[in-house]
Amino acid sequence: MSNERALRQLPVLITLLIAFMLTMMPLPTAAEPFRPDWLALVLVFWAMAVPRSYSVGIAWLIGILLDVAQGTLLGQHALALCVIIYITVKFHLLMRVFPLSQLTATVFALLTLYQFLLFWINGVAGVTAPAIDYWGPVVAGTIAWPFLSVMLSGLRYRVQTGG
Amino acid sequence: MVGSQSNSNPARIPALGFRALALVVLGILLMWLDNREHHLDAVRRVIGVAVYPIQIVVDTPARAWSWMRDLSASKNQLQLENSRLRTEALITRARMQELAALKAENDRLRAMLDAREQVRGEVRVAGIMAVDANPYRHNIVLDVGSREGVYDGQAIVDASGVVGQVIETGLSTSQAILISDPDHALPVVVNRNGLRTVAFGTGEYKRLSLPFLANNADIQPGDLLVTSGLGGAFPSGYPVAVVDQVTRLPQESFAEVTATPAAALDQVREVMLIWVRKQDPGADDE
Repeated sequence: MSNERALRQLPVLITLLIAFMLTMMPLPTAAEPFRPDWLALVLVFWAMAVPRSYSVGIAWLIGILLDVAQGTLLGQHALALCVIIYITVKFHLLMRVFPLSQLTATVFALLTLYQFLLFWINGVAGVTAPAIDYWGPVVAGTIAWPFLSVMLSGLRYRVQTGG
Repeated sequence: MVGSQSNSNPARIPALGFRALALVVLGILLMWLDNREHHLDAVRRVIGVAVYPIQIVVDTPARAWSWMRDLSASKNQLQLENSRLRTEALITRARMQELAALKAENDRLRAMLDAREQVRGEVRVAGIMAVDANPYRHNIVLDVGSREGVYDGQAIVDASGVVGQVIETGLSTSQAILISDPDHALPVVVNRNGLRTVAFGTGEYKRLSLPFLANNADIQPGDLLVTSGLGGAFPSGYPVAVVDQVTRLPQESFAEVTATPAAALDQVREVMLIWVRKQDPGADDE
């Protein structure tokens, strides 16, 4: 029984793991600023689809892992992810009925907020980085979102039916 | 009635706002602790163990690729490479002899000048993992950690010059900052005339900037900058960069000087870690 339940969560875990690996994957120097925030995108998708299981707690934990992996301030990504996932869960019913274009615009806003939070924290901590490092991921993430959400929707019903 | 309605609403997530708030506060607390005193290095190390497998998996394709390339190299190629390396080793050995004589001479002169014993280092080769680290910094991840005796602030060089220094050591990996990071400053000296200054990273792999040189400073394109050994992290005398541009504007009091790092910072795959140890332990209190 609980085994079956765990099995149903498998797609979520696998997609999160893949997103984590994509985040760490080396890219050519020129493409590096345009790496989408894969983890943020995948987390937003699952928080929208299954908000009861994947909400702020998971986002926070993954953020901490990301902070350790990237050597950023411990809690920086955790806080930023936590905030955007809170907003996603809060408005998940609304976001579910959005057409794709409107949803993409919402994701753009969420990603902008996410990068802004990281930017602010960097500013307080005294880390300087060129502006492209903040804008690049937002643009790339917004472009990646429609493809990602189409790919993940196939998995979505398998996870959701278990509820 | 309103309350009962919202309670029966299936979309309502219990205590969402409270949980989010608590986690945000916890996050701020963690950042504060982390930023102030680095209290959380142990915590990082523990969590780092959980991240390590992911780093290994991400690193694997690059590793497999280079292994495959070695495997599929033809015998002819290998022979060519072998003979080239043999020649190189011979030349290096000849240079080493010269160096030994110079070193002896240097020691003698230093003894005459009553100067402090020079810092000597022990080295070890480390691989750079094909893992991207902090997006806001020029960082690299090394495949050695505190188990191998790596420590924070340790100097990293490659065959052609200074690469950077370790900023964080995990159990079996460590993060290092490159000299091209905008937050990195390195005390250097112009090899030609001993002029001391500081080289800052610019965020570009192929450019360092030297902002603290007066307009009339004796510096020109082509000058080699080497580490000065001030600051203690780097042993002195390692090549850092070559000056490529000096712009002197009469109305400014400082010249605009840029330099190209000697090491190919965006291409290195293997680096050397230097263990600096002072030969006379009593000399620290100056």
